[in-house]
Amino acid sequence: MWAYVGRRLLLAIPTLVGASIIVFAMVHLAPGDPMSAVMPVDASQADIEAARRAYGFDQPLPVQYFRWLVRVVQGDLGKSIATRRPVLQDVYDALKNSLVLALSASLLSFGIGIGLGLLAAFRQGRVLDKLMSAVAIVGVSVPHYWAGIILIIFFSVQLNWLPAMGASAEGGAVEYLRHMALPTIALALIPLGVLTRVVRSAALDILAQEFVLALRAKGLGRAAVFAHVVKNAAPQILTVLGLQFGFQLGGSVLVETVFSWPGTGYLMNLAIFQRDLPVLQGVILVLATFFVLLNLAVDLMQTLVDPRIARH
Amino acid sequence: MDARTLAPPIAAADIETVVGAPMSYWRTVAWRLRQDPTTIVAGVLLLLIALAAILAPLIAPHDPSAGSIRLRLAPLGTSSHPLGTDEQGRDMLTRLLWGGRMTLLAGLTPVLVGFLFGTVLGVLAGFVGGHTNTLIMRTMDVFYAFPAVLLAIAISGSLGPGLWNTLISLSIVFVPRVVRVAESATVQVKSLEFVAAARASGSGVWPIMRHHLLPNVLGPVLVFSSTQVSLSIILAAGLSFLGLGVTPPAAEWGLMLNTLRGSIYVNAWVPALPGVAIFLTSMAFNLLSDGLRDAMEIRM
Repeated sequence: MWAYVGRRLLLAIPTLVGASIIVFAMVHLAPGDPMSAVMPVDASQADIEAARRAYGFDQPLPVQYFRWLVRVVQGDLGKSIATRRPVLQDVYDALKNSLVLALSASLLSFGIGIGLGLLAAFRQGRVLDKLMSAVAIVGVSVPHYWAGIILIIFFSVQLNWLPAMGASAEGGAVEYLRHMALPTIALALIPLGVLTRVVRSAALDILAQEFVLALRAKGLGRAAVFAHVVKNAAPQILTVLGLQFGFQLGGSVLVETVFSWPGTGYLMNLAIFQRDLPVLQGVILVLATFFVLLNLAVDLMQTLVDPRIARH
Repeated sequence: MDARTLAPPIAAADIETVVGAPMSYWRTVAWRLRQDPTTIVAGVLLLLIALAAILAPLIAPHDPSAGSIRLRLAPLGTSSHPLGTDEQGRDMLTRLLWGGRMTLLAGLTPVLVGFLFGTVLGVLAGFVGGHTNTLIMRTMDVFYAFPAVLLAIAISGSLGPGLWNTLISLSIVFVPRVVRVAESATVQVKSLEFVAAARASGSGVWPIMRHHLLPNVLGPVLVFSSTQVSLSIILAAGLSFLGLGVTPPAAEWGLMLNTLRGSIYVNAWVPALPGVAIFLTSMAFNLLSDGLRDAMEIRM
């Protein structure tokens, strides 16, 4: 098993290097001169050339990449062109807010999704199952940015119950939670739909196996059979939980934009429209690294739950 | 795949008198699809949406770009504007019809590109194996380091707004996904005995590909690709919603949602309409791909 863990850890390194190449290439293959965003409009050609040398933009791309990578590994993501603040600081602040949102949306969607999925599986083919499947299909089909707007229309504009924008740090915990409520629900919709579907099909697979029949024949009660099914479906569900958490963290750009939630997605959106390349690069790289490490953690956790995986 | 070619040499008429003609795989699939009311409803809905989008220039009651300042944000049910008007006084029904063209184009094309390139790369990786496989699959793995939404927005954000850039960034999202499915299906089919038998009886690479591999690989890849359409549509509209997709004044559902967003305090429900269109289209595609998966008996 430890050999598997070691191999899996090593495999993450080329993926991370590859991801860093993509992030670097993405920003540097983009049209437009990166200097045009930094220099004043009336800068002389000589000044622009000097600045280009100072930033290292006159070097060949591979050289630029390695210099950038060396700095990144040391924790230096450069400085924001717009705010002059270190990118790492901006990304760190934003990541905290995104993590809070992803965690609360995960709690909500995982709890309800697993519950609905199991309920549907144990009531297969009945009205309840059909109802749960309908909820699931709505969840996976709804554009979450639109759902966010609908939530604002309902709860902020019409009912005036909850705030529509931002994250308030001043009003204390209650105010913070009130600001979190709507983005959490909007973000939770897709994972809720995905989980309901996955949990239902995973549980149905287990229920169809002969050992379940044997358990029932042995005279085990509903609760005991239920426990066996859950235990056997756990590894598959665990993978999806990990992935979905990552999606919520990396995919919250749209929801964060709708609610002006000051997370990584919002920061990324700002960076795109200010052509703030160091910030854009930094956010994407940090999120991708987080996602790769999360996948790694999920894989390793799976081997703990189901040691058979390591033997393949 | 064709059951009749595998049947023992009994006169076909003998069987038909007892059980009726055996159905081919695709006829069975078509028959199953017709038995499933949900799939039929979804299919009809999609057909209507597609027709409405295609026929928009003929059936739209107004000019999609002509607005009237005096008629801004008219509510639902206004005479001659049944679905109201937008923030520039343009007819919503007209713009929804026209918007469908863009959203469907921007949503369907990347999946089609992903299907074509992904199948070729995946089958190549699976069939050739060795270093080719390692090279292709490890490259694809790198793209899995990014959640789909993040990858699409990051590429679009770097390339800048526009329909072409949307198509490019979304295609980059979907190719690696299809490659994975195609590769694993190819590897699986390649190890089956009938491929070994074909090879042993002297079949060349292309006949094996055409007659044995592709018919069995295309099924799972097709079903998988169909599950991606709804995501692609949500993402395409999402990019426009962020201002990274189709540029104004073109009508596109995501872009309409974006420009109308600020008007929810004036007229709450008209701005929600483009989202309803995205939602219905995406749901119909999801239901259709579910139906297809069940009818083709493919497990994802």
